[in-house]
Amino acid sequence: MPSHLILLVIQRLALGVLLLLASSVLIFAGTQILPGDVAQAVLGQSATPEAIANLRTEMGLNEPAVSRYLKWLFGAVQGDFGTALTNGADIGTSISKRLGNTLFLAFWAAVISVPLAILLGLIAVRFRNRWPDRLISAMSLATISVPEFVIGYVFMFFVAVKLRWVPSVSMINDSMSLMQKLQSIALPVIVLTFVVLAHMMRMTRAAILNVMESPYIETAELKGLSRFAVITKHALPNSVAPIVNVVMLNLAYLVVGVVVVEVIFVYPGMGQYLVDHVAKRDIPVVQAAGLIFASVYILLNMAADIIGIVANPRLRHPK
Amino acid sequence: MRDTVTHNLVEIRGLKIGATVFTPGEKPKDVEIVHGVDLNLEKGKVLGLIGESGAGKSTIGLSTLAYGRGGIRITGGEIFINGVDILKNSMGELRDLRGRKVTYVSQSAAAGFNPSKRLMDQVVESCLSHKLCSRKEAEERAVRLFRKLGLPDPENFGMRYPHQVSGGQLQRAMTAMALCPEPDLVIFDEPTTALDVTTQIDVLASIKEAIQDTGVGAIYITHDLAVVAQVSDHIMVLQHGRMVEYGTTDQIINNPQKDYTRALVSIRSTIHDETPSRGEPVLKLDNVSARYRGLNFDVVKDVTLEIHPSQTLAVVGESGSGKSTLARVMTGLLPLRQGTVSFNGETLPAALEDRSKEQLRELQMIYQMADVAMNPRQTIETIIGRPLEFYFGMQGAEKRARVIELLDEIELGESFLKRYPAELSGGQKQRVCIARALAAKPRLIICDEVTSALDPLVADGILKLLLNLQEIEHVSYLFITHDLATVRAIADTIAVMYQGNVVRYGPKSQVLEPPFDDYTDLLLSSVPEMKLGWLEDVISTRKMDSAGN
Amino acid sequence: MTMRIPVSALIGLTMMVFFFSLAVFAPLIAPYGIGEVVGDVWEPMSAKHWLGTDNIGRDLLTRMIYGARTTIFIASAATVLSFTLGTLLALGAVVLGGWVDMALSRFIDLIMSIPTLIFALVVLSVVPTSILILIVLMGLLDTTRVYRLARAVAVDINVMDYVEAARLRGEGTRWIVLREILPNALSPLVAELGLRFIFMVLFISTLSFLGLGVLPPDTDWGAIVKENKEGLVYGIPAALAPAVAIATLAISVNLVADWVLNRTTSLKGGRNA
Repeated sequence: MPSHLILLVIQRLALGVLLLLASSVLIFAGTQILPGDVAQAVLGQSATPEAIANLRTEMGLNEPAVSRYLKWLFGAVQGDFGTALTNGADIGTSISKRLGNTLFLAFWAAVISVPLAILLGLIAVRFRNRWPDRLISAMSLATISVPEFVIGYVFMFFVAVKLRWVPSVSMINDSMSLMQKLQSIALPVIVLTFVVLAHMMRMTRAAILNVMESPYIETAELKGLSRFAVITKHALPNSVAPIVNVVMLNLAYLVVGVVVVEVIFVYPGMGQYLVDHVAKRDIPVVQAAGLIFASVYILLNMAADIIGIVANPRLRHPK
Repeated sequence: MRDTVTHNLVEIRGLKIGATVFTPGEKPKDVEIVHGVDLNLEKGKVLGLIGESGAGKSTIGLSTLAYGRGGIRITGGEIFINGVDILKNSMGELRDLRGRKVTYVSQSAAAGFNPSKRLMDQVVESCLSHKLCSRKEAEERAVRLFRKLGLPDPENFGMRYPHQVSGGQLQRAMTAMALCPEPDLVIFDEPTTALDVTTQIDVLASIKEAIQDTGVGAIYITHDLAVVAQVSDHIMVLQHGRMVEYGTTDQIINNPQKDYTRALVSIRSTIHDETPSRGEPVLKLDNVSARYRGLNFDVVKDVTLEIHPSQTLAVVGESGSGKSTLARVMTGLLPLRQGTVSFNGETLPAALEDRSKEQLRELQMIYQMADVAMNPRQTIETIIGRPLEFYFGMQGAEKRARVIELLDEIELGESFLKRYPAELSGGQKQRVCIARALAAKPRLIICDEVTSALDPLVADGILKLLLNLQEIEHVSYLFITHDLATVRAIADTIAVMYQGNVVRYGPKSQVLEPPFDDYTDLLLSSVPEMKLGWLEDVISTRKMDSAGN
Repeated sequence: MTMRIPVSALIGLTMMVFFFSLAVFAPLIAPYGIGEVVGDVWEPMSAKHWLGTDNIGRDLLTRMIYGARTTIFIASAATVLSFTLGTLLALGAVVLGGWVDMALSRFIDLIMSIPTLIFALVVLSVVPTSILILIVLMGLLDTTRVYRLARAVAVDINVMDYVEAARLRGEGTRWIVLREILPNALSPLVAELGLRFIFMVLFISTLSFLGLGVLPPDTDWGAIVKENKEGLVYGIPAALAPAVAIATLAISVNLVADWVLNRTTSLKGGRNA
């Protein structure tokens, strides 16, 4: 790998770290510097002044914001997010288990949706402007227009309640075997797949079409190469990077989709944990979960960019 | 009839080509773009296909590969290659034809090469996929072709990636790619059009040499008759998908029969008689230097020029010579770093923001791309009327009357008032831009490559119009161009620019007369002349290599 | 110039008019009061209650009509906010250029590096929830996307020769922004307007569904799903009614936006219709 390429990658990594830091500032600021007193917001309008004062001390609200931020950040980097206001539980412990569950769910959704999206994208390109393409476009337009929870409940109503194929809530615990777990998460995985499939497929289609319309594909065709050789030797090497980029961006999107899907199926993951504690105004938990979601999102976006840099022949083989 | 076919490498009869036009919001519509063309080409001969944009020349060229771009398809006629009607070929037989018997060189080799593969892999690909020879043999062939085409370091040239070599080199590499499988026929589709003038000639010469050495038959497609005259044995003139005239190159150039051909032949013959300079200069540049932000060198270096009333100064040079930057300095878009620009004897503020409305009015500009020089959401009346309103406060009937007057001057007329730019042809758009500049009653108009995006005949019309208007309005022009034929047609004084410097400056009669400096000689010698054998003369007498090699 | 509206856009347009009329005339159309308990829990569809009743026995059709009002009002207001702010900031950044553009664009990049929903949840954990807060929050968060699009469009237009020609003529910033850039930026932006509105509908519905958006006594479609979701387990489809409404509205707007987009691209090609 040429040195200036390494430099570009390092630059992008540095930018990623900077973004992570900046987003942590935003998340911290979002919960601290907004109008209204945080302690008041947590305890509600009817709270006594003493209770508020106690909570302020407990939350360290009397210290300056900068030192509170630094303390929080250094803790977070070491996995110490403090304790939840509502039940005093250690946030780091709760998160580690739930993060595992969420990643388990996201992983299986990715395993199904990524190959499916690429396959459908290829089919759409192969039958461009004919009925398979139109059907796929119409279906993706429909799914993009519908919120996740609608897809979720429609599936739950028909598949779980009417047909009774799978349970309507997705309980998961350590004593379950892998098969049991998979059966339990079948519905949320299907719903998540639907949520990202449409986007991923449309973007894959566009990425491949973009390559297929390049003049060098015409050159290859005019060399008398077979359709197969044109695609494998000329189109594929140039479409891998854009497709991987599409996949990465959609995985980032999937991580956010998880939040709603977990709530629908009462799945014990990060998303439900976050939503529960937003309602309870448990700020340390919200900060911790928000930071983790944002980090995963930023890292996946960064990965997409780095793949784009490394795959660019102009950068790989400089003049 | 069969045996008449076998004499010819290519025989096309009654070729009709159609396309489907997709206008958004309307039903797709079928149109015919080539209406029954016949064409013959003997083995080892070169046929030039010439015509303006929309003549159907590329489409006909690609039809010999039974290939149509986008929605284009062959709707009628027969195409015989070596006596076989390729339109009756199966897909497998077509693959056998493409890349083996017929190969293709496109206008933009930069886009035609796969960016992620080495040049050698792409050059030998046809040989290997058609199993013509071993890889080693194919690479040897490629290296021989690289050498023949004058590519640097032919042994290792193929190891590079497309973005690592220059445009002129890529065009040669694509020629090598087309010749590598030793085909019977090569289609050259405007192979030198996208190159700089001085580079174009070298590439053209090496293509010609390669054609002669390999004895391959070729169809050479271009809009430039002078170029095709250098390489072809026969020429076919096309217009709107129909043949206008066909003959030997000599006959077409020296004895054209049809009016359209005659017009094409006489394109570069317009010559404006130089008028002597009188009066104080309108615009004067003294030791002007300028650079873009972030650069540590000057793009325009110590330039001193004058433009006199009712005269045309042509600034000529290739891309990167600094000629367009010079225009930006004069308009104040790029404030100069050193020197002064004076207008009517007074020094102009360097930056646009500091100039007075009157100073802005007297210096107008016309652009290369007329389509993007006009707001697509404004009518022609608004576009031409705005300067009248802005500078002279004209309103209502008075303004409209003046707009109509200007429309008459540019030979368009009142019916254009309510039209939008998208409804106009390229030449008409450029005329509107001229009218907009004239509306300000300027003393000087900067014309930045105003004819280079236009078809030759249309460009000729624009040049004649500009000359006429100069007589009527007594306006001076600063004409920026890379094309010496344009310079001959319009200039009184000429400045030749090379790498930011003015290397030659003076009245046209002096600048275009020997003795020349090396660069002016190169530039002058690079303008294709409507003359057989011109290319060989030029190549043998050149003193300097072109920049693009 | 004859206007031919394709069937799909006509259907979309009709549905949009239907939903917007529901929103505007809700109190006149709704058969019952918004919080009025008029029957048993989860009564099936009947002549009296076209859509049945909800989880505490309110008329579901009435709830849906008022829900339409809240959903469409919040989504429209937030779209107007994000659109005005995003477009103005973008045009300002492009025309002023320099550090203003630089600083604003980097700040927007930063906000966009955090997923919108997560950001909204973080903020909603602190601020009291009200319809005004929701509108402002959603509007501000979505301003980032409008800004990006509008800036990209404006940058493309700003480098056009006709804008340079106007500068050389001596035109002021006002003319350049309002007469040269804006008319040409408008059509891609108007097509985007539909998509932003859909996004807002989905966004507010999701927040309400999570229990963090519209709170009782007000209601919107997302909240109605939340109220009735328990019924699904017992086979009662009440929660699906608002779900279908959201999907129908979103698809209708999409169909219309698609048509607008097509029409504007055909304008670029020529005006000979």
